[in-house]
Amino acid sequence: MTRFSAWSVFRNGLSGQSGWTRQWRDPEPKKQYDIVIVGGGLHGLATAYYLAKNHGQKNIAVVEKGWLGGGNAGRNTTIVRSNYFLPGNREFYEHSLKLWEDLSHDLNYNVMFSQRSHISLLHSPAAIDGAARRYNTMRLTGTADAEIWDLDQLKQEVPHLNYGPDARFPIRGAAVQKRAGTARHDAVAWGYARAADALGVDILQNCEVTSTTRSGNEITSLTTSRGEIQAKKVGFAVAGNTSRLWQMAGFNTLPIESHKLQAFVSEPLKPLLDQVVVFGVGGAHFYISQSDKGGMVFGGDIDWYKSYAQRGNLPIVQDVAECAISILPCLGRVRLLRHWSGVMDMSMDGSPFICKTPLNNLYLNAGWNYGGFKASPASGWYFADLIANDRPHETIEHFNLDRFAQGVVLDERGAGPDPKLHG
Amino acid sequence: MIRINCPFCGERDHSEFSYGGDGSIVYPALDAPVEQWVEAVFQRENIRGVQTESWQHVSGCRQWILVERDTMTHEIHSVRAAHEGVAKVLEAGK
Amino acid sequence: MSASRLEQGGRIDRSSQVSFKWDNQNFTGFVGDTLASALMASGETIFGRSFKYHRPRGVMSAGVEESGAIVTVGRGDRRDPNVKATTQEIYEGLEASGQNAWPNVRRDIGAVNNLMSRFFSAGFYYKTFMGIPPMEWGKGTGIWMQYEKLIRKAAGMGVASREPDPDTYEHGHRFCDVLVVGSGPAGLAAAVQLAQAGLDVMLVEQDYELGGDYLNQTSPDAEEKRKASIKALQDAGATILTRTTAFGLYDYGVAGLLERVTDHLAEPSPHTPRQRFLTVRAKHTILATGALERTVAFGNNDLPGIMTAAAAATYVSRYGVLPGKKVVIATNNDSAYASAMTFARVGADVTLLDARGSLPDSVGGLLDSKGIALKASNTALCANGKRVISSLDLAVDSGAGWSAGETVDCDLLLMSGGWSPVVNLLSHRSVRPVWDKDNLCFVSPKHDEPIQIAGSANAVWGTSDCEQSGKSAADAAIAAINGDKTSVSVSTAVGGWETPIKPLYEVKVEGRKLKSFIDPQHDVTADDVRLAHQEGFVSVEHLKRYTTLGMATDQGKMGNIIGLALMAEALGREIPEVGTTTFRPPYTPISLGALTGRGKGAHFKPLRRTPMHEWNLANGATMTEAGLWQRPWYFAREGEGITEAYIRETITTRETVGLVDVTSLGKIAIQGPDATEFINSIYSNAFAKLPIGKARYGIMLRDDGIVMDDGTTWRFSETDYFMTTTTAHAAKVMVWLEELLQIRWSHLKVHVTSVSEQWAGSAVAGPKSRSVLEACVQDENAVSNDALPFMGVIETQLKNGVTCRIARISFSGEMAYEMYVESDYSESMMDMLWESAKSFDGCLYGTETLGALRIEKGHVTGVELDGRVTIEDAGLGAMASDKKSYIGSALRKRPDLNRPNRPQLVGIIPKERSETFKAGSVLCAEHKIEGHGEGWITAVTHSPSMGHWIGLGYINGGYSEWSGKTVVAADPVRRGNINVEIISPHMVDPSGERMRG
Repeated sequence: MTRFSAWSVFRNGLSGQSGWTRQWRDPEPKKQYDIVIVGGGLHGLATAYYLAKNHGQKNIAVVEKGWLGGGNAGRNTTIVRSNYFLPGNREFYEHSLKLWEDLSHDLNYNVMFSQRSHISLLHSPAAIDGAARRYNTMRLTGTADAEIWDLDQLKQEVPHLNYGPDARFPIRGAAVQKRAGTARHDAVAWGYARAADALGVDILQNCEVTSTTRSGNEITSLTTSRGEIQAKKVGFAVAGNTSRLWQMAGFNTLPIESHKLQAFVSEPLKPLLDQVVVFGVGGAHFYISQSDKGGMVFGGDIDWYKSYAQRGNLPIVQDVAECAISILPCLGRVRLLRHWSGVMDMSMDGSPFICKTPLNNLYLNAGWNYGGFKASPASGWYFADLIANDRPHETIEHFNLDRFAQGVVLDERGAGPDPKLHG
Repeated sequence: MIRINCPFCGERDHSEFSYGGDGSIVYPALDAPVEQWVEAVFQRENIRGVQTESWQHVSGCRQWILVERDTMTHEIHSVRAAHEGVAKVLEAGK
Repeated sequence: MSASRLEQGGRIDRSSQVSFKWDNQNFTGFVGDTLASALMASGETIFGRSFKYHRPRGVMSAGVEESGAIVTVGRGDRRDPNVKATTQEIYEGLEASGQNAWPNVRRDIGAVNNLMSRFFSAGFYYKTFMGIPPMEWGKGTGIWMQYEKLIRKAAGMGVASREPDPDTYEHGHRFCDVLVVGSGPAGLAAAVQLAQAGLDVMLVEQDYELGGDYLNQTSPDAEEKRKASIKALQDAGATILTRTTAFGLYDYGVAGLLERVTDHLAEPSPHTPRQRFLTVRAKHTILATGALERTVAFGNNDLPGIMTAAAAATYVSRYGVLPGKKVVIATNNDSAYASAMTFARVGADVTLLDARGSLPDSVGGLLDSKGIALKASNTALCANGKRVISSLDLAVDSGAGWSAGETVDCDLLLMSGGWSPVVNLLSHRSVRPVWDKDNLCFVSPKHDEPIQIAGSANAVWGTSDCEQSGKSAADAAIAAINGDKTSVSVSTAVGGWETPIKPLYEVKVEGRKLKSFIDPQHDVTADDVRLAHQEGFVSVEHLKRYTTLGMATDQGKMGNIIGLALMAEALGREIPEVGTTTFRPPYTPISLGALTGRGKGAHFKPLRRTPMHEWNLANGATMTEAGLWQRPWYFAREGEGITEAYIRETITTRETVGLVDVTSLGKIAIQGPDATEFINSIYSNAFAKLPIGKARYGIMLRDDGIVMDDGTTWRFSETDYFMTTTTAHAAKVMVWLEELLQIRWSHLKVHVTSVSEQWAGSAVAGPKSRSVLEACVQDENAVSNDALPFMGVIETQLKNGVTCRIARISFSGEMAYEMYVESDYSESMMDMLWESAKSFDGCLYGTETLGALRIEKGHVTGVELDGRVTIEDAGLGAMASDKKSYIGSALRKRPDLNRPNRPQLVGIIPKERSETFKAGSVLCAEHKIEGHGEGWITAVTHSPSMGHWIGLGYINGGYSEWSGKTVVAADPVRRGNINVEIISPHMVDPSGERMRG
């Protein structure tokens, strides 16, 4: 692997870029692997990378039906944060954030993690109290970057928000996570792919799993569009389409429903907003940041009905635009450049699954709702740990399918068993 | 925009309705064992293709309806009143 | 490039001169000009700077595909960045300026980037900026974030206004039989046919004038046909919208349109919206969206003075502007011959390079007569010129590929690399276009959508063929609407060129290094595509993301196919094997203001006010938000702030009487023979034996056994109940009851009706509450302790004859009543109650006092019932019946919901009684202030009854576990840590004597 650096960029600039090689190989599938990860998204690629790096696994394949990073890896609004507060969630996402902080160096790939602050606007004394519980928990669980800002401080830091008298929900303060921010989503997929490939992982694109072969309580092989692949252990990481693969493995139901989430980007502008701003009051839900290229990147709620289609409908487009103008009235003349949508595994409590399954050698990584992007490093880390050691790490002990039968409450929103309500 | 042909009001934008969930779920009796309730409340087949689902015409007649809809294409194949008795009356009146 | 206005010709109105400003200089043009045509006519050549290298950019097209002349229009709070000069109509006083350049687009310091371009290849930023150069030493994100600041400043394009947009926008809804997008020969023909067949037709055109390609034709025939069609449409009553873009197609024939109402006006009426967003529901849609001419990648193909051939001809024929006098046209297809003639006709010196060896016979003769120099097997290799093109190195096809040819002087180079039908809108429907190898373009495949595609959007090139194609599409649409499935799909009469188009995407010769752009806005070069291939980014989507090809404001309308072709070449495959990228809505960028319409500012969400809103205000209320509701927060008297007010109100209510507007509570009438069974099945506590004339507090659980909501239900008769819910969950509970009755329990004969808005209510609380009621009702015995005991319900008449419903229930812990009247009578009820309460030195109170009173009593609300707690956690286990089954009764038995040491509701007081503390604090054991703690505080208040601050919260194991121990209320994000004690949540009158009294 050519090490990336200013030096290598300089040298290749002089040589007409002749020194760059493929960032990952395009190998033919082997007949057999020790571990096959299904799904070449961020979670699958990260899992393969950590299996190779942390657990010394040598014979791993990632199989991807299309091109890697082509699912939700490239369809999100790139927000990275760890402002969760329930035991388990909090530790998991904080671990993820710590992995993010050094990810560019670890992967030798600039994933452009910009720790520009994540600011949740608060509109009532009760909302401030509610946020305080969450942000106090963050402080007490070991990070100093959780803050509650009063209106004066907020005005100073984010000057163009609607502080005017016509605001339907006047802003009273904000809950802030300073180490949170945004990253370059494609770079994360490519960075993990390149680093995993360098450690010997075979990344097999255009390799769709069409069925599985079981023997007793194990999967023995996967039939793919590129032939039969035998595997000693299999991990599924195909959020959005988990149920389909699950059914291919011979099971029926999961605590998951697939919904689509739209995302939006505006034309590029000179710097206008330096943080991630989140707005949620009166049934509205909205988040916005500005990409390094200058586009305003934003999103809101899912389309409210189950769907596997990667395209959205107008009502949410309007809702999101209303939110945008409501908090940033200067965006009225800014133009929407593109909107698209991705399919999410919405789980019954809004929390994910990284767990063993009824089959001895099948492991499941699923149920990321629309928070999977920020989770991807830790998701890969813990999934690798689970697959390598065949037992869940204590941090993710409740990220299992049995928690609903057990009555474990891992519901950050308190919304109950309705997948569409967990954002 | 999905357009849903409400059996009571006619064709309307889906934004007048709210999506319920998997309409094929049969909820067990209140005194049924916990396992049956776990299955009904939490487990979903999550069909990619044509599924039966419940919607409520919440900004219209407020009736719950059962819709057969393709979750890939959003194409609707049928709509009927969710209330069995009402559905029968409507069917008989056709 | 030395453009100038022609003496005559064009569709501009030469009698109406328009003055405008470009970079603070005065210019003039004519009505009918775009900013691009007017500036070109005045000799301007440089309109912008590219994103990365800051290379000068001129006009490259005459429409929405423009990738070079991107400017800022307007100023102050009406500043519009990233406007395509080719689509902006000029108006008197228009102010435009260059962007992404300093000091201006003509002399831009940023152009220094161009010198570094050898290092700035595709994706270079993924390889560096991580740490300290040259080896990227260091950890964390600190160094990257320093670079990022500089990168962000350099990136972006225009500067957006920081001020709120002062304009208004509208959103409208439309229906039609057929939506026709595009008013060129195909669209007009289709629309006329449909309208004359009696269909409700809506024709939309993004241009300000109808006609599409007719407008570029100079023959009187074309103009006559255009006018006749428009008249026919008007006569048939069709809806015609110009300056309107169909920006997206969605499910079920729904289209999003954007109408630009005033963007071309100097002084729009203040009552006119700037733009209008229309949601159109069409039974069928015809896309007559035309085709866009492609350029070709060759050396310096981004220099100002290079544009597409048909666009240049448009400037001549439509705007009367001659973009250059010494013109070279390079083509690989027949269409550029017409452009060549257009230029020759107005006296330009034209050299036509045809990449093909064999030429069309018919046009060959015409060219001779016009004195056009024709060079077959020639094309453009490299443009020369510092800021604008001055000469062109030719490439000659020697039969074995391109080799360098002669150099010719020119001031304008026109390119035609073929045409790309605009299938973008079809792509929004997830229909993947297919490659047409005869016409070298993507076209619509057969599909099931209620959409026809006509004219050059379907690769039909001739005008009369397009008209015919439009008519066929109309016929197919009519058949489809009539349910005739057999003739739904249009026959694809594609093509129409005499000589086949020759594949030509990039021109290069061995041994010559060229900078050949395929995305001129984002500075993506042909070499970048090859680098992407070299590094393994071979899928189209990877190519797009790695190089940013097609991600600029034109969304790849000009360059995508070249990128695809180059990748196909690198892979040794055919273009269709490489694929196409999916076009996303919108077709052209649309303002967020238009999408928002009126739903902004105070109108962002509905505002809910109780019928007593004005009454509350008139009596001194300060209001607060409660979801969408506004409720009285407190009623300050002279000199009081919120704290003084709520403490006084709390004391007064406990000592005499207080009134509070409780209208926002949800109210549901539950009626029918099975109402009792229904209610008994949804509440966790027993309701089967609730007597008529009694109310009961009830808790309902979700299916999963977690508490959903609480409230009281009043029984008026065998079959008639009145349920109240919390304000927050009113709508949710109503939906839930409807779902249960219509889906799960359709055998029950019960009807539920939301009556939240029909009944307005007040709570009357305090020792004098009964006396207040006595003064207000006609029969004071009706409210006596016997007639209306604790939890009793009556319906009786107020003194003014108005019927009211009264239940003796208490949230405050005092003897208290909730009474409701029909909403229209609420003010008269309040007048009476307040008149009487005043005589007892009573008060009005709001939500702050409501909170104080209930916290003292340990009554729970939404902050305690947060969707994660069980009925036992909330200390209400006694309300969970073991004798019956009800919603949630099965799943509340799950093991983890019944483990010992779950958090339990408790009361909290400061150890040092003079201290205060806050809700949202985390409760920790005294010497272990870390981690998730042992619990949390949900609500606090100053308790006048206890003389210090108190709170409610949850703590693991509850009161019995922590009684007598010091606990720390940790609030590091606000005020630090306070030592507290845990007590019973029932802090005032735990036995309930006061409310029963």
